[in-house]
Amino acid sequence: MSSYEARFKVWRGDVSGGGLADFTVEVNDGEVVLDIVHRLQATQAPDLAVRWNCKAGKCGSCSAEINGRPRLLCMTRMSVFGRDETITITPLRAFPVVRDLVTDVGYNYRKAREVPAFVPPAGLGPGEYRMSQEDVERSQEFRKCIECFLCQDVCHVVRDHEENKRAYAGPRFLMRIAELDMHPLDAAAEKGLDRGRTAQDEHGLGYCNITKCCTEVCPEGIRITDNALIPLKERAVDRKYDPLVWLGSKIRRRSS
Amino acid sequence: MSVVDRQEWDVVVVGAGGAGLRAAIEARERGARTAVICKSLFGKAHTVMAEGGIAAAMANANEHDTWQVHFRDTMRGGKFLNQWRMAELHAREAPDRVWELETWGALFDRTKDGRISQRNFGGHEYPRLAHVGDRTGLELIRTLQQKIVSLQQEDARETGDHESRLKVFQECTVTRILKDTASDSGSAAGQVCGVFGYERETGRFFVLEAPAVVVATGGIGKSFKVTSNSWEYTGDGHALALLAGAPLLNMEFVQFHPTGMVWPPSVKGILVTESVRGDGGVLRNSEDKRFMFDYVPDVFKEKYAESEEEADRWYDDPDHNRRPPELLPRDEVARAINSEVKEGRGSPHGGVFLDVSTRMPAEVVRRRLPSMYHQFKELADVDITAEAMEVGPTCHYVMGGIAVESDTAAARGVPGLFAAGEVAGGMHGSNRLGGNSLSDLLVFGRRAGWHAAEYAQGLADRRPRVDDAQVNTASAEALRPFSAQTEGEAGPPENPYTLHQELQQTMNDLVGIIRREGEMEQALHKLAELRVRARRAGVEGHRQFNPGWHLALDLRNMLLVSECVARAALERTESRGGHTREDHPAMDRGWRNVNLLCALADPGGTLAGTDPARSQIRLTRATTEPVRPDLLALFEKEELVKYLAEEELYE
Repeated sequence: MSSYEARFKVWRGDVSGGGLADFTVEVNDGEVVLDIVHRLQATQAPDLAVRWNCKAGKCGSCSAEINGRPRLLCMTRMSVFGRDETITITPLRAFPVVRDLVTDVGYNYRKAREVPAFVPPAGLGPGEYRMSQEDVERSQEFRKCIECFLCQDVCHVVRDHEENKRAYAGPRFLMRIAELDMHPLDAAAEKGLDRGRTAQDEHGLGYCNITKCCTEVCPEGIRITDNALIPLKERAVDRKYDPLVWLGSKIRRRSS
Repeated sequence: MSVVDRQEWDVVVVGAGGAGLRAAIEARERGARTAVICKSLFGKAHTVMAEGGIAAAMANANEHDTWQVHFRDTMRGGKFLNQWRMAELHAREAPDRVWELETWGALFDRTKDGRISQRNFGGHEYPRLAHVGDRTGLELIRTLQQKIVSLQQEDARETGDHESRLKVFQECTVTRILKDTASDSGSAAGQVCGVFGYERETGRFFVLEAPAVVVATGGIGKSFKVTSNSWEYTGDGHALALLAGAPLLNMEFVQFHPTGMVWPPSVKGILVTESVRGDGGVLRNSEDKRFMFDYVPDVFKEKYAESEEEADRWYDDPDHNRRPPELLPRDEVARAINSEVKEGRGSPHGGVFLDVSTRMPAEVVRRRLPSMYHQFKELADVDITAEAMEVGPTCHYVMGGIAVESDTAAARGVPGLFAAGEVAGGMHGSNRLGGNSLSDLLVFGRRAGWHAAEYAQGLADRRPRVDDAQVNTASAEALRPFSAQTEGEAGPPENPYTLHQELQQTMNDLVGIIRREGEMEQALHKLAELRVRARRAGVEGHRQFNPGWHLALDLRNMLLVSECVARAALERTESRGGHTREDHPAMDRGWRNVNLLCALADPGGTLAGTDPARSQIRLTRATTEPVRPDLLALFEKEELVKYLAEEELYE
């Protein structure tokens, strides 16, 4: 266990273009890639742009691609690489570059606005909510999301198809719809909002063909595909094609 | 001077953590057009790192809990230095603030009967912390963020524009609060009239004109080397308020959380949540001894178990046993760990052992402490279900802050300025209890937003104006690092990263957890030297997303705030809560009702940056208002004797 010199290639540039810059930099015991980026800033490239915040895997700011794989810089230990390996850091590919490792993630914030909010149940005041732990756990898994947007970055629906961004909310926000749909007290249905169907009709759920790339990159280990997207697809399909479900939903809505 | 973009708002909130977002929601719901400015992306604020929970006397887990018991615990935790009216409002209103989150979609862990589960924490008499595993702060931020989005959706339906009444300016930094200085504008001179800042992405300057500004920028931990705080915690709001003429209160009180990671070096300081102890984790030294039993101070003797057996029985039968000493307030535990390490009974990497592996089954650890399991596994290669963690104190929180009016969160002395959350002082006295931070954010965030909106609306058309001269001065100040080499300052340009590292080392070594007079004097000399060198902090490159430039600007704030901490710490010749003097080790009842206020020595000047001999800070003492009799009556006389001076008791 000792210090060594590692070779890095870091993408530098802005909206007008750029390329990989070579660096040789000291690495110490136990360090993560973000430590190395900070050392580069302090010693070789003071204006190297990078987003970071908590440095503990809790805020989801320092997302980038390391050797082509979307990861959090703060949770990627240097010890996972060989000492003679050259490590390449590039900005998230699915989003427009602002500068160096910083990208414009505005797409995600626009999509967040398109998902209708939690609808509080009528007749229940603050302090009157009762839910069982078992029932809240399904949505709680999705609320572990730190919005690092690695799933949005890796999803091939938008990664190589900019044109799909308009119609497709991406795994993070489809999961948000699933979370609200599974919330034990969400009263959207009573207001005439079928979250399952809007996922399909308005947020592009149909584009997802469950390759599970999002689940693989999730630093929180959320089983996005299995626990959020597939159940959401099943609900959407049920609603669309099952005449009994369709009839039931019509009757219930009329009575409310 | 370049043309600076200007916009008009009713209320500007600086900071988008728990307090800032709660303030913004309140101001917008009360009809004020509200802008929120944050240094990071929306939803990334430091609040996400809060793990344990939100303290609120909802009495879901123990029916005996009431706001009075919570108030008592808070005052004890703060060693009676708390601004008692804040502690009262906080204890009374916290339950409503938590319940309200549920109506906005928050999903807390549940009790068996379906209510919000509450867990034990240091210094709280009953299980009181509403929580979501060990990621409560994330739930809080996400809920507030989503509430803001839902308000924007409402606004879009009505006006066609999501941002017509509530807008978040992400990745922007405020460098100055602007005040009306002209006396002929029809408004009183000295009122807040807006903020000046820059957009990180483009480097462009902007002015938001607003009669009311809520400062909710959090803490100062980035002035210390070992800290649990994120890069944002550069004391911006503290410095902005100071520069605007508002005094800071009790800045000597800095909380060192007892349990931060100590290894590997790159993660040193990252927080290990107090829930580990609340849920049964114990502290041991290298001799395998539960040493906390040796560190129960006199004021807490009756309340804590004297044997391991009693302590262990307490988890299941809290009504007939006393709590384990691992759950003493944070200042006590941090000092104890510090002593054990100093006495040579530390762990291999200079901490002590925190163990859950022998206390509960592996699957319980993974369910109740998922983030901790993940954090140690990923960052230290330690499986906490199988072996003990190594932990030691880390700079975590500043109790000191902007002096505010308890009910309105209005900053003293500057009309139109409000403050809430960590940046506001008083609420926690000399030491904050775990769990009282998230509730503080909600209670006083709401109050700040409410009173800021009311104040702005009350001014109607008599709003103060921003004059060009101030904007030009602020622009010049912000651009200074680009011309550090050419302005004829004595000496070569300085690397802002180097200056920052030296500052962190200085504060860590000389104004840290245990303080001594000589060292603090040394620190003040070093800070003065750094201040002079910081005038020459230079940057390379251009204004677009340039971290070197951002840091050069943040240095002003860190240096100002650090000087406040060091001066106040030197002045207070006693040990209390988050301020421990080796040369004055006892708590002194004579200091109980003394607040130390820091103000700018030369409010109109240019920070006296070039003269190291001159202090930037003027320190004054103020006597606190006596605690209201009905609140004092909540305590036994025998307990009050330990804190209050004779004459206070007599009254």
